[in-house]
Amino acid sequence: MKPKSIAVVGAAETTQMGKIPDVSVIGLHADAALNAMKDAGLKPSDIDGVATAGISPVELAHYMGITPTYADGTGVGGCSFMLHVRHAAAAINEGLCKTVLITHGESGKSRVGAGRFGGSPASLSGQFEAPYGPVGPPSMFTVPVMRYLKARNYTVEDLATVSVIQREWAALNPRASFKDPISIDDVLNSPMIAWPFRMLMCCLVTDGGGAIILTSADRAKDFPQKPVYILGTGESVETPMVSQMEDFTSSKAFRVSGKKAFDEAGISHADVDHLMIYDAFAHLPLYGLEDLGFCKPGEAAGFVRDRNTAIGGKLPVNTNGGGLSYMHSGMYGMYAMQESIRQMRGVAPAQIKDAKISVSHGVGGMFAASGTIIFGNEA
Amino acid sequence: MDRILPQPTPETRHFWEGCKVNELRLQRCTDCQHSYFPPRPFCPKCGSRDVAVYTASGKGFLYSYVINYRPRPDLGKEPHSIAVVELNEGPRMMTNIVGCPQTPEALQLDMPVEVTFESFSDEISLPFFQPAKA
Repeated sequence: MKPKSIAVVGAAETTQMGKIPDVSVIGLHADAALNAMKDAGLKPSDIDGVATAGISPVELAHYMGITPTYADGTGVGGCSFMLHVRHAAAAINEGLCKTVLITHGESGKSRVGAGRFGGSPASLSGQFEAPYGPVGPPSMFTVPVMRYLKARNYTVEDLATVSVIQREWAALNPRASFKDPISIDDVLNSPMIAWPFRMLMCCLVTDGGGAIILTSADRAKDFPQKPVYILGTGESVETPMVSQMEDFTSSKAFRVSGKKAFDEAGISHADVDHLMIYDAFAHLPLYGLEDLGFCKPGEAAGFVRDRNTAIGGKLPVNTNGGGLSYMHSGMYGMYAMQESIRQMRGVAPAQIKDAKISVSHGVGGMFAASGTIIFGNEA
Repeated sequence: MDRILPQPTPETRHFWEGCKVNELRLQRCTDCQHSYFPPRPFCPKCGSRDVAVYTASGKGFLYSYVINYRPRPDLGKEPHSIAVVELNEGPRMMTNIVGCPQTPEALQLDMPVEVTFESFSDEISLPFFQPAKA
């Protein structure tokens, strides 16, 4: 993708966030979509491309009254929306469509109109992982971490520090689910979920959604909001089985996706003012800092401990409070990008002064997939 | 509650047939000699379809794990390990470490482990690993 050829002209989350027992999954998609269309000053008839995950793009298009010439149903977990942005940018540049709506909605907590969890017992994961008792991400996504801690000489306190600093960010965000300060001891004394993970090292479970509208940069200046440009994009996938990831101390999908996005944007790490790393669990920002190249292997925990990612630090990370404290409906990637876009528009609750470049890095499944989008606010 | 069990497919049947007779069966590429898991009828490294099933040593070491404090109902009520072992032949596989306390003190990374099988049905025995006997 040519940097700055595509811009975000609409972005919004659902009207409510957290516990929304009176709205179904498709309703959350629609609420976010309508908010984003209002933000962009568009009607459904102005949209000619749709992309979503969790539900089919057919459901989305029909429910919203959109007749698209481009539909993307890429579903690789929580970073699907990063991939949707990347694919939409290519599609717009290729002339397949002009204006793409990307939506997310998930009734993660209330489970109104939500599907069931779990795969087939005949799938590879069903045959070679499920029999050993994993109960979803808390006892699966965490499996590589003991090896990671040993290889990096990190401690359980290092994981807890990630949670503590993100809670500090959440305190600045009126929409965050959890805002009360926590200490490392609080984290280490919270209920044990799956050693070495305590409850406060695990993400929330909430309801919510978000939507993004993209168009060409040429058209973007005619929209009401200040355009946020796409500078670079990356994606990759590795394995559907966490037990089979090549290196337990580093995500291959993270490395490939991140490098692609940085190469495309033609920026260096020093150019980045703001960073979002999908944090379903407290280890993910550490992996992300290393695999994206912000820290050398073994230096991420110290980097966080020294408050570089905290309020006032040189690289603010997860400034909405993250999946650990802001919200996590199941596929959090959309909310990471919403915060990047707010920061680039200059309207975030914890606004980073003069921020010009923001990186949103997502994970899908359990180190299964990755997507990276680099946003900028200068044409 | 009955244990949730795998459903073998034609491509994996040799593995589960092996478990029934207490053999841990891996596959090796005849062309490039790469040993791999989980089963598939071709080599994931070079793409060759010329692969052979062989019986592995069943020995390896504890690579990583969690201790799940919220067990799935079919695994009982006590905290238990969900582990990955690295086999001496190279591949890694998920398992439970059995035959030792389910504690961080007893579950030391890199400790030698060996396979043990438990039958759950006529068709399925699951491979578990236990601390290797000296």
